[in-house]
Amino acid sequence: MPAIFTPKVITANALLEGDVVYLTQDDTWTRNLKDADVLTDEADAQIRLIDASARTSEVVGVYLADVSPGKSGPKPTHFREAFRMRGPSNYPHGKQSEAL
Amino acid sequence: MYRYTDFDATFVAERNAQFRAQVERRIDGSLTEDEFKPLRLMNGLYLQLHAYMLRVAIPYGTLSSAQMRQLAYIAERWDKGYGHFTTRQNIQFNWPTLRDVPDMLDALAEVQMHAIQTSGNTIRNVTADHFAGAAADEIADPRPVAELIRQWSTDHPEFQFLPRKFKIAVTGSPNDRAVTKAHDIGLRMVRNDAGEPGFEVIVGGGLGRTPMIGKVVRDFLPEADLLPYLEAVVSVWNLLGRRDNKYKSRIKITVHEHGIDDIRARVEERFALLRPAFTGVDQQLFAQIKADFAPPAFADRDTGPFDLAYANDPVFRSWADTNLSAHRAPGHAIAQISLKAHGATPGDATADQMRVMADLAERYGHDELRISHEQNVVLPHVHKADLPAIHAALKDAGLATANIGKISDIIACPGMDYCALATARSIPIAQEIATRFDQLKLEHEVGDLKIKISGCINACGHHHVGHIGILGLDRAGVENYQITLGGDHTETAAIGQRTGPGFSADEIVPAIERIVDTYLSERDSAEETFIDTFRRVGMTPFKTALYGESDKKQKAA
Ligand code: HEM
Ligand code: SF4
Repeated sequence: MPAIFTPKVITANALLEGDVVYLTQDDTWTRNLKDADVLTDEADAQIRLIDASARTSEVVGVYLADVSPGKSGPKPTHFREAFRMRGPSNYPHGKQSEAL
Repeated sequence: MYRYTDFDATFVAERNAQFRAQVERRIDGSLTEDEFKPLRLMNGLYLQLHAYMLRVAIPYGTLSSAQMRQLAYIAERWDKGYGHFTTRQNIQFNWPTLRDVPDMLDALAEVQMHAIQTSGNTIRNVTADHFAGAAADEIADPRPVAELIRQWSTDHPEFQFLPRKFKIAVTGSPNDRAVTKAHDIGLRMVRNDAGEPGFEVIVGGGLGRTPMIGKVVRDFLPEADLLPYLEAVVSVWNLLGRRDNKYKSRIKITVHEHGIDDIRARVEERFALLRPAFTGVDQQLFAQIKADFAPPAFADRDTGPFDLAYANDPVFRSWADTNLSAHRAPGHAIAQISLKAHGATPGDATADQMRVMADLAERYGHDELRISHEQNVVLPHVHKADLPAIHAALKDAGLATANIGKISDIIACPGMDYCALATARSIPIAQEIATRFDQLKLEHEVGDLKIKISGCINACGHHHVGHIGILGLDRAGVENYQITLGGDHTETAAIGQRTGPGFSADEIVPAIERIVDTYLSERDSAEETFIDTFRRVGMTPFKTALYGESDKKQKAA
């Protein structure tokens, strides 16, 4: 039996700022996970990943990250992604400090 | 202090101009990330979880007040107003944008600093005892040696694409404060029976996934043979080192696989070939460098103000007892400035704090500052008479924590708060442990105890050589912390032993508390330190304290 495909978002770091970005439905980059496109089909996810990875003048280190979809948008399932979404825990720096 | 020669200055300026152009070409799309990444790493620029990070070398941990002020300026101008001092005698800026980095590098060059070879498969920033040139127990100042090695290794054509990174540390004191046995090469300055200066050469130490204590490859190397011998070691490894597998590429694995005797034989053979090529130019250079590190003129003054404050001010006394070390010159002391205020991020200093430290160095400390691998700052040469004023200024800046070498003087790597390789956080664990033992008011009762924390198996936080080591792992999507006990980072270096199953983020601080309670009840007197008690009583009482008597409980963790 094939494993159930965990929903995913495409994420990377912005080339110029270095901060975390996510791919939206219309293939732009957002800094806000809740605006990211949630991919539920594996084949589609792989193709979108290949296309996004080719955008090397915009982003670095593109990959698929697991999420759990919810009413107010996707949520990270792993703590690493939760930190990437928020920022470090020792200072209120990074995304948590930016009015989103 | 060592000053850049014209050659150094031109070299750094050219490197910066090249890198500026490389950044431009990356931004305009003519360089791909695959092409750019090795270039940025060679210039100390990493991409971490939330931003770029610029790692700046502080060779042998020595800074002038002007350099420290420039770091403060950079922190305010291009970062978030602080810098992070690391175990490798570097400072890291956690928030630069790509476009700003060339300007930051130019600002560093203005004060003779750079980020070259702080990364990549090269010979990295050479580290030295942070008490160099000041310690009472020192045979010779290791910094001229470190500088000689830096000049020889920087941009050395043969050593730009080594199998892996290569780290060298030098100590001039029998009491090893430079962790020489956990480096690819450790050099201990010694004298032979005839009283001639030379080195004990230790090779193949390292931490990371497979921690190893270095082995002695040559017990006495005459001073003049240093560079050809180092070149022989590096080139033997350059040939044998496993480029096929990044986990087996460090020299510690080469030494382990071939055996120290085989490596020694190969090194000696290679050394015999290389030695004649070194005609003594290196020794002339060494003599010049030594002159640059001539000790300052130490004044002969009355220590009255110190004695008075020591007798009357208990806060000053506690700080003096904990943060001062013996200086070679009469009336002087080495003062450590703790960057480990209880609950703060280990190793972080704000721009304002950097300026306070720079001012103190300029006014009272022969313009010198040091960065220790334990992530603290050192005023290496201060007169005792000035210490009350220094202490007062530090107190105003939140820099007078009296905890050097104590349980809250924790080394912690950036961990998952910053590092892209991390499997768990380390900073918050350090903050919680320090805060907890401060609340308990147990710190001074517990005495000397080194806790070291890494956020993944790479061991940047030196956890293997901590008396208590903590390693953060990812166990099925949850942070989990493994404890080791009995590690030692000094001349009696040892790798700590695992206690057993790890603890969750909520359980780790109480677990450390149980270990400390066990020590307090097991020690035979207040004089017996944690590490001595551990060596005497062994693991069993600590295991029992952590996991209880029965085996069943262990499985539950
Ligand atoms: C972006 C941050 C960092 C990255 C990507 C990184 C990467 C690594 C890696 C991959 C290793 C293992 C090397 C090996 O076993 O071959 C390592 C080891 C080490 N790093 Fe880091 N590190 C980072 C930050 C730091 C910091 C902040 C420090 C100092 C506080 C540091 C000091 C060390 C030390 C002391 C070791 C172990 C000694 C050894 O080389 O065997 N690193 N690092
Ligand atoms: S030990 Fe791991 S988590 Fe910590 S800085 Fe090194 S690579 Fe990052």
